[in-house]
Amino acid sequence: MLSRTADHLFWMSRYIERAESLARLLDVTWQMSLVPQSLEAANQNWKAIIALNSLDEEFAARHAAVNAENVLRFMVSDTSNQASIVSCLRSTRENAHAVRGTITSEMWETMNATWLEARERSFEQIANAGVGEFFDWVKMRSSLSRGTTLGTLLQDEAYHFIRLGTLLERADNTARILDVKYHVLRPHGDEGATDFYQWGALLRSVSAFEVYRKAYRDVITPERVAELLILRSDMPRSLHFCLNGVVKNLELIANRQSGETHRQAGLLHAQLHYARIEDILERGLHEFLTDFMDRIYTLGDGVSKDFLVPMAEAA
Amino acid sequence: MNFYNEMVDASGGVRAHYQGYDQWLRATPPERIARKRAEADLAFHRVGITFAVYGEEAGKERLIPFDIIPRIIPASEWTAMQAGLRQRVRALNMFLHDVYHDQEILKAGKVPAEQVLNNAQYRPVMQGVNVPGGIYAHIAGVDIVRAGAGESYVLEDNLRVPSGVSYMLEDRKMMMRLFPELFASHKVAPVQHYPDLLLEKLRAVAPKGVGDPTVVVLTPGAYNSAYFEHTFLAQQMGVELVEGRDLFVKDGVVYMRTTQGPQRVDVIYRRIDDDFLDPLAFRADSALGVPGILKAYQAGNVTLANAIGTGVADDKSIYPYVPDMIRFYLDEEPKLNNVPTWMCRKPDDLAHVLDHLAELVVKEVHGSGGYGMLVGPAASKAEIERFRQLLIAKPDGYIAQPTLALSNCPTFVEEGIAPRHLDLRPFVLSSGECVNMVPGGLTRVALTEGSLVVNSSQGGGTKDTWILED
Repeated sequence: MLSRTADHLFWMSRYIERAESLARLLDVTWQMSLVPQSLEAANQNWKAIIALNSLDEEFAARHAAVNAENVLRFMVSDTSNQASIVSCLRSTRENAHAVRGTITSEMWETMNATWLEARERSFEQIANAGVGEFFDWVKMRSSLSRGTTLGTLLQDEAYHFIRLGTLLERADNTARILDVKYHVLRPHGDEGATDFYQWGALLRSVSAFEVYRKAYRDVITPERVAELLILRSDMPRSLHFCLNGVVKNLELIANRQSGETHRQAGLLHAQLHYARIEDILERGLHEFLTDFMDRIYTLGDGVSKDFLVPMAEAA
Repeated sequence: MNFYNEMVDASGGVRAHYQGYDQWLRATPPERIARKRAEADLAFHRVGITFAVYGEEAGKERLIPFDIIPRIIPASEWTAMQAGLRQRVRALNMFLHDVYHDQEILKAGKVPAEQVLNNAQYRPVMQGVNVPGGIYAHIAGVDIVRAGAGESYVLEDNLRVPSGVSYMLEDRKMMMRLFPELFASHKVAPVQHYPDLLLEKLRAVAPKGVGDPTVVVLTPGAYNSAYFEHTFLAQQMGVELVEGRDLFVKDGVVYMRTTQGPQRVDVIYRRIDDDFLDPLAFRADSALGVPGILKAYQAGNVTLANAIGTGVADDKSIYPYVPDMIRFYLDEEPKLNNVPTWMCRKPDDLAHVLDHLAELVVKEVHGSGGYGMLVGPAASKAEIERFRQLLIAKPDGYIAQPTLALSNCPTFVEEGIAPRHLDLRPFVLSSGECVNMVPGGLTRVALTEGSLVVNSSQGGGTKDTWILED
């Protein structure tokens, strides 16, 4: 397969996953902000989203104050912000357009229609209808894209690059949500009473609330939330689950220069596979997640260098 | 002006080859027709069979209108036309070979040397280069119109990157889907094997010694007006659709960059103009091309279809000489008519043209796509005056032809069924001694009442073209 084709497929799936993750993150922040708290504390949560995406400067250039409305406007429908949901949906569509001969017509029509519909909605319309409804729509469109991919695409190299993009992006995003929210919820790492609603919102943001109930049949504790989102291998948005898929798909597309990337993915996978949540928390969750995100970034970089960026012409 | 009607003769009777269709049309309830037309529109939209229009908002895509009344040509007529097309394209390829080798036709004085050698489309880099089978225009799109009492003329030989064949194929698919009963009752010659024929031709012109050639389609990218067609042809042939940046040249060999490493490329069906093909040889600012590809081509390590430099044979300043080419190379009389042409670079011709601007069609020598032309009878006084100034300022940039009374064909328009003017573009494929085509071609129809310009960029539509066995 052409490197450029693989590149478009990889990024097509990353962008739609990113739009979904962003919708989830904004949704949980929005829900948490509805719980009584000081205005300062609330704005702190919104600020964390901007910081998380390293968008402080761009945001400051457009908005004077960090508050719910400004952050939502900036992250939902600001087309000049490359990281906004609408921009991600546009990038998805553009990447799909470039490879419409490789993906199935149903995939193309789904991603094209998502962008056409998103483009029609102003921020005011979204806000009036309730941002929650918009976030649900984004999640649904992302599910539809994934579903048509799974249901119609031949499971060849194209499919493996799409899965790889989805899983790397998702691993990164779950780690981010957990990092920023865990921090806010337990700023001092103490063992004080935990807020059921806040943890519940976090779980719901990664569709893990019911899963938690089913898996633990007990009250929600921060340790278990961390364990579920990091170590459960059968929970579709956990780090462990994502790495299972990353390693498997890397194996399927291997070429003669991808050995090191594969080794690193395998190592990271093994560490998740054999880790205990007590050890991770003792070492410090923030440190663990920062290290994890760095390594995911390195993996993405490796995939780029091994497959997507034109190979060394000397080869 | 009297126009030849493809369906109805002068006395109002339906022509023999349209009688079956006419009966069907009369017997079919209008509601069913309306429903089917809406269905066709929807299907074309959803599949995204669109083209981009230059000058409109970037990335904007439009649908080419499709008309459900087919353009029907009896097989006997097509057989004659096909023989004429073979003859013409063969002579054009021989002309190109000659121009880039010994230039016998120039020495014989049949075509003025300066018209060829000073032509912007003449590529000195091709001088002395041998191409497989001596074929330059592997794919030719020859525009044919019918005028006057029904005689045919060649309007234009498109030998660079002619487009439209995907519409020919999609139109047929749509007609068969909408009205299968018509195909049961008519013996319509099939066209769906075009991609196979094309692939066969492309493989046949691979560099010597390559057993199983790798063929690719080279596109300028997703924002090109014909991008749909590029993806369509690549998909139908089962070959990679590449952009310039997917290819690179090393030691005179062209490779594509794949996830498994570099892969050698043998034949490139390129849908990029000469000027953008190689920034090292032509336009240095081209980001679409492949640096060094000309050298690989000259060395015979890769075949380009069409060849570089074919524009010198389809230029409007060379067009008037095609009948002489046929006589010179094949020692035959041309089977297809040329439109009488005034070459404004000649003072006598210019004087005549300036005196008759209101009756003539004036075209830019290097123009295409229906841009930059004057249709005298339909033009305003101001437009005619503007062209008068252009002609006086740069006479060698223009030719003029009589305004042909293009034939028309009943077509669905807003107010019902009305006659609209049309042309035909058969796609002629050459490799070595063989010149082949699928029966018919793309029929383009001018949807605006009275308009003689059928180009899709100017609001033209298309019809399915039927070559009908008796």
